[in-house]
Amino acid sequence: MNQVYKSLSIANPEPLNLSLAQKIYSAIGIIGLGILLIAATGLNLPNPSSCLFISLILISIGVIGFAYQTFKTQSPGIKNNGIWFSSAMSRGLMGWGLGIFITGFYVLLYWYPSVLGLGTDGNSNTGLISFFDPLSFLLKGSAASEWFVYGTLYTLAIIIFGIRFIWKYRHNKYQVLRTLSVMFFQLGFAFLIPEFMQKLNYPYNDMKNMWPLNYYFFDEWNIKSFLSTGNVGLLMLILGVAMIFVISPILTYLYGKRWYCSWVCGCGGLAETAGDPFRHLSDKSLKAWQFERWSIHLVLVFSFVMTAGVIFSFFHNNPTGYWLNKSTFMIIIAVLLIALIYAFSRPQLFKNKLDLKAIKIFISIAAASLVIMLINFFTGSGNAFFIDFYSLRSTYGFLIGAAFSGVVGVGFYPLMGSRVWCRFGCPMAGLLGIQQKIFSRFRITTNGNQCISCGNCSTYCEMGIDVRSYAQKGQDIIRASCVGCGVCAAVCPRGVLRLENGSKDIYEKGLDIRNDHVKLIG
Amino acid sequence: MHVVIIGNGISGITTARWLRKLGDAKITVISSESDYFFSRTALMYMYMGHMRLQDTQPYENWFWKKNRIELLNDHVTSIDFQSKTLGLQKSEDLSYDKLVLALGSKSNKFGWPGQDLNKVGGLYHLQDLVEMEKHSNNLKRAVIVGGGLIGIEMAEMFHSRHIPVTMLVRESNYWNNVLPEEEATIISNHIRSRNIDLRLNTNLKEIINDGEGNACGVITAETEEKINCGYVGLTAGVSPNIGWLKDSELNTNRGIVVNKYLQTNIDGVYAIGDCAELSEPIKGRRPIEAVWYTGRMMGETAAYNIMDHKVAYDPGIWFNSAKFIDIEYQVYGDVLAHPPENHNSLFWQDNSGEKSVRIVYDRDNLWVKGFNLLGIRYRHEVCEKWIKQKTSIEDVLINLKLAHFDPEFYETYEQEIINTYNRTSNRTLKSNGASGLNKVLQFLNA
Ligand SMILES: Cc1cc2nc3c(=O)[nH]c(=O)nc-3n(C[C@H](O)[C@H](O)[C@H](O)COP(=O)(O)OP(=O)(O)OC[C@H]3O[C@@H](n4cnc5c(N)ncnc54)[C@H](O)[C@@H]3O)c2cc1C
Ligand code: SF4
Ligand code: SF4
Repeated sequence: MNQVYKSLSIANPEPLNLSLAQKIYSAIGIIGLGILLIAATGLNLPNPSSCLFISLILISIGVIGFAYQTFKTQSPGIKNNGIWFSSAMSRGLMGWGLGIFITGFYVLLYWYPSVLGLGTDGNSNTGLISFFDPLSFLLKGSAASEWFVYGTLYTLAIIIFGIRFIWKYRHNKYQVLRTLSVMFFQLGFAFLIPEFMQKLNYPYNDMKNMWPLNYYFFDEWNIKSFLSTGNVGLLMLILGVAMIFVISPILTYLYGKRWYCSWVCGCGGLAETAGDPFRHLSDKSLKAWQFERWSIHLVLVFSFVMTAGVIFSFFHNNPTGYWLNKSTFMIIIAVLLIALIYAFSRPQLFKNKLDLKAIKIFISIAAASLVIMLINFFTGSGNAFFIDFYSLRSTYGFLIGAAFSGVVGVGFYPLMGSRVWCRFGCPMAGLLGIQQKIFSRFRITTNGNQCISCGNCSTYCEMGIDVRSYAQKGQDIIRASCVGCGVCAAVCPRGVLRLENGSKDIYEKGLDIRNDHVKLIG
Repeated sequence: MHVVIIGNGISGITTARWLRKLGDAKITVISSESDYFFSRTALMYMYMGHMRLQDTQPYENWFWKKNRIELLNDHVTSIDFQSKTLGLQKSEDLSYDKLVLALGSKSNKFGWPGQDLNKVGGLYHLQDLVEMEKHSNNLKRAVIVGGGLIGIEMAEMFHSRHIPVTMLVRESNYWNNVLPEEEATIISNHIRSRNIDLRLNTNLKEIINDGEGNACGVITAETEEKINCGYVGLTAGVSPNIGWLKDSELNTNRGIVVNKYLQTNIDGVYAIGDCAELSEPIKGRRPIEAVWYTGRMMGETAAYNIMDHKVAYDPGIWFNSAKFIDIEYQVYGDVLAHPPENHNSLFWQDNSGEKSVRIVYDRDNLWVKGFNLLGIRYRHEVCEKWIKQKTSIEDVLINLKLAHFDPEFYETYEQEIINTYNRTSNRTLKSNGASGLNKVLQFLNA
């Protein structure tokens, strides 16, 4: 029974038949994927480098051709036709199959790369990974690793599904530009530049990938690799720190967190492109929101604690002799936490509205970190927190870096929507979200009383924000989690929503309920 | 006090919500259409697969209990105004202290032969959607009778499932009893460009019976042409759903007659939304306005009056919006298909032919009266303020950027629009460049 009319018990409408051209493109794409799968079984293909090339080309032709066939018959405009009737896009059998397939791939990638053919103990690669060796030699002069395979497929996905996305939203310049932007940053900053840099013996560094998303940024080995490569490395280190503390807050003040989450970030990039067909699967319930506020901020604290620990031990292991040492570092962190607690206990300091619950979450989390840290410090252990930081660091890497961001974050696209990671887990999104909520100029304004409560905006918000609940009251939307993808504004059939930046009045405008018609009684 | 509301549409639900905000009355909402409030304006999106029924429900299911609003899925068959009791189809009689009638509309049928056959249906209730769905498989063609806002939605619905559509429209141009001729032409062309067979100046004569009680085609009145089809959609407007109350003590005309406090002739009984007819309509407005927004405003006003805060219903300056397949439409203020002498209008259309702006102003004192927009979004509050303050068209044009509401990076057309005015009025106005949210707020708060 079809979910659409479940309460009315109506049969699923006939699935729209694929056209011949669509079938052909599907077949081409599947052959391309098939070649990869054959390579993964370890079967030796003749002339692997051409095979790899052909396979990637076939996949691209399949995806782009299919998208072209789909959208060319549709006039430009919002055409979410049949989405809830499609098995793949509405958690049907195909959706579950796809979810399991991607999840499985991530499990192998993170924990069993040898199954994918990674050569261990000095052995050369086999299977899928060896299949990528020629490309890897070409780009960086060494054999492929599982991460190279992953990076290549990831980048390819963003580009071909990005082209699909642009086609779908070709009438909307905001969507086109921001998609070109994520494609550019993925291909250049995340893929090509780091690989080239590595070839030139500079540290492998994706410059747009900031801490705390890049959780190993302050790891001893990473800092050392920056410091050991002279000026270029030092410049990268300084840039990385400046991104966190200067550039990013300024951009977030000006434009909201969207400048990163839906214009630059690679995770966001994949979610917006390959994840687009699943964006409506995000949970919009109040319960989901309540869960999200705890989970994302707990991950943020976890990453903060972990990083503080890592830096603390860095100083512990490498006494500096400067003013900056493990004691001053501890003091800086303590002052920072106290300042945070102070600030949150005086929400009237902030430009934007924060509700009591959010304040409680922040204060309790910050206070807990402070107490734990101080106890540790005064007991004189080499750790910054009770737990040995190495195990903390590896727990974080396993739980958050791998399991959450990869396996759940991407594997669950077809089940929980495209931004599971961004919404529930990403510490970067958490941090930028706090900035957005507290001092950004960004908000989504609603157009007077024009909302007809249809629900398109909420349905297609990948972050699970119930946009309609604000729009129907005529209230502006100022939400920490909003990544400014602009899709709510694009799908709204009445032109009610606009993404805007403006320094004035954000607080009152956020509170203002303009659809109260009778303004009589207070 | 027990307030019973019949109808869980936008007007009835708004009353219920406001009653709860304003006080502690016991509230019961009755509807035989659906368990929970859903957005009628989103019916088309369910059929097209954009949303499921639950996605069109503006409040989660826990909302009602939390706000102590009782919901009853039942059909009211009779009202005894003397004893203040309702007769229900499934449950026991229900008594009330105050009664709100928010019954909505039903699709018009004008006595066409064959109008009650199978495979003939309107588009108003959820049940209509079920009917459409039932007959959509292998449907070779649908004929839609009537070219209003609902007709074009139905056309888009079938079109989204690749079902060929013929639209019979009585007027000489699509919806030109409401839209000025240029806009009506843009929309007519747009409909045709989507391969929908639009027949203007065409009335329905009869619906053909296939011999087994199903519709199998229609015959047009003017040319007696026979068009074969597997479904006939009747979308020639709606009228108040009050047939069963016609012979009661309730004063009815086309709708349930109410005064400006939304009271009917019977004490303690109110009527709101699509089914209410104002005995003294606001100047220049119709006595029945079957739109979402007025239903919402009436719902709120009624709640105040029930709670003894007397407030006259005042919908303010007219506004509305719609979407004609891919073209969005917004209107603010007075834009008439057949304007009086003293209405001048500035009309601008872009090269694609699918975007247009019309600004109506007074010929003599240049006061701006209304905005009509196709494919372009303008800011509601700004336009409203200009109209309210009787701003001159020239001031409006100079500041036109304040009304801009299209997404970022979209092309802007303000200077082109000003140039159109300059050409016809021999002026040399220029935009003063003020734009952006800060300037807008400055203007609105001034
Ligand atoms: C397809 C479609 C698209 C639309 N699009 C727009 C739009 O874009 N913009 C706009 O402004 N307007 C639009 N409208 C009009 C708008 O939806 C209506 O004006 C509005 O829904 C009316 O609300 P209401 O509360 O008065 O009545 P309704 O929503 O009709 O609610 C009345 C309810 O009462 C129930 N009821 C009636 N009698 C009884 C009884 N005896 N016992 C029990 N229950 C009963 C009915 O079944 C119904 O559920 C659209 C309408 C349709 C059909
Ligand atoms: S609220 Fe709108 S812009 Fe923000 S994330 Fe949701 S869909 Fe995107
Ligand atoms: S804002 Fe637009 S999309 Fe969202 S409910 Fe209102 S009319 Fe629908």
